Amino acid sequence: MNDLFAVVMLLGIYSLLSASFFVAMDAVDVAFTEAAVGAGISTLLMLVVITMTGRKENTKRHKPFLALIVVIFTGGLLLYGTFDIPHFGSADSPIHNHVTPRYINDSINEIGIPNIVTSVLASYRAFDTFGEVVVIFTAGIGIMALLSVAHHSEDNHKIAAVNDSMHERYLVIRIVSKILIPFILLFALYVQFHGDFGPGGGFQAGVIFAAGIILYSMLFGLSITRKVISQPFIQIISAVGVLLYGSVGLVSLLQGGNFFDYNVLLTDPVAGQHLGILLIELGVGCTVTSVMIMIFFNFAERRELQQHNNIHNKDLES
Amino acid sequence: MITGLFNNWIVIVLMMSGLYIVIAHGNLIKKLIGLSLFQTSVFILYISMAKVEGGTAPILAENIKELSNPLPHVLILTAIVVGISTTALGLALVIRIKEAYGSIEEEDIQILDNLPQSKTQKKIMDGEQ
Repeated sequence: MNDLFAVVMLLGIYSLLSASFFVAMDAVDVAFTEAAVGAGISTLLMLVVITMTGRKENTKRHKPFLALIVVIFTGGLLLYGTFDIPHFGSADSPIHNHVTPRYINDSINEIGIPNIVTSVLASYRAFDTFGEVVVIFTAGIGIMALLSVAHHSEDNHKIAAVNDSMHERYLVIRIVSKILIPFILLFALYVQFHGDFGPGGGFQAGVIFAAGIILYSMLFGLSITRKVISQPFIQIISAVGVLLYGSVGLVSLLQGGNFFDYNVLLTDPVAGQHLGILLIELGVGCTVTSVMIMIFFNFAERRELQQHNNIHNKDLES
Repeated sequence: MITGLFNNWIVIVLMMSGLYIVIAHGNLIKKLIGLSLFQTSVFILYISMAKVEGGTAPILAENIKELSNPLPHVLILTAIVVGISTTALGLALVIRIKEAYGSIEEEDIQILDNLPQSKTQKKIMDGEQ
């Protein structure tokens, strides 16, 4: 398929389908994330990029037969490897026999929250999650370094006028989503703070919250959204999230425990675990939300800059 | 008997189509889409590994005996969000390449890359003489 628009839409549908597959495989938390990220934000980012780079693909293939041979050979080797893998759904396969029984049997006494995924994510493997939050933060910084644009406030009016006239057209969508956005944001907060008991947590909540804000900025224009949430504020929040996460670890270190050992945060170990998980989920939520919004803002600003240059060029020609 | 490995075969098919797209397509956005296809195939591999026959979602409640394995869920949950931020970084690079070269086709970029290089090399040689 040469039309990249169609390819991106198919990728979005594929993500949504794989999210429903994850529900069927009992991975509700994962399905939640995949639906919000894959079908929502990644499709959107790809579409923004396509508007800048053009939607047609060159049909010429780059050594297709060599690639096909490599792919078939690798696939064959992997297929050969699958015959040693334990069968689907068998309860006695190795991955269910090492650390998992402890998570399933003891987490309710040690951590005290029913959602095992959250207790593993935020407590048993908090170090791991910290690393991932730092990766997300770093990616945000990288995108800022690559795409950030210096503002020309005097030129922005023309762009804003063009964009606003475009946004005026979709009156029904604007009104409907104006009603929906508060509920999306409220739902994100529910997911954030209810992650201990049901599916949810900082990652999902962050992505949903960011999706709400991005929807707002798509419908009402970047210039209005910039008045609501300024770029420096978002940058500070993304750093605050990482710092909050790290400082919970440092506090537990200073209290005499290990790094990210929440038992020592309060006198009661289980209450300490509750507090620790709440705080680090908050840190994760802050970082993920602000990095996602930052990514979208930077992409959209770059697009505005291109539009601006195009208008300028047209002015020069005429 | 054989259907017990069916999930792995689906993963291999998805993974190999992702790999083929990455190798054979010159368009950089297509390459990134191929990479994310590869990525989701790994997600599906992990999640289908975690499934236990007769188990439910790993949230403790009364009257539930068997649970699916929560550990792969944790790993993949964070991997999805990390994946989107790295994909976004890749897309940012694509935009910069488009601005610098005016094209996102790999072959055009290589042609453009070879042209000015030979010119600058000549200039350096002239300067030395």
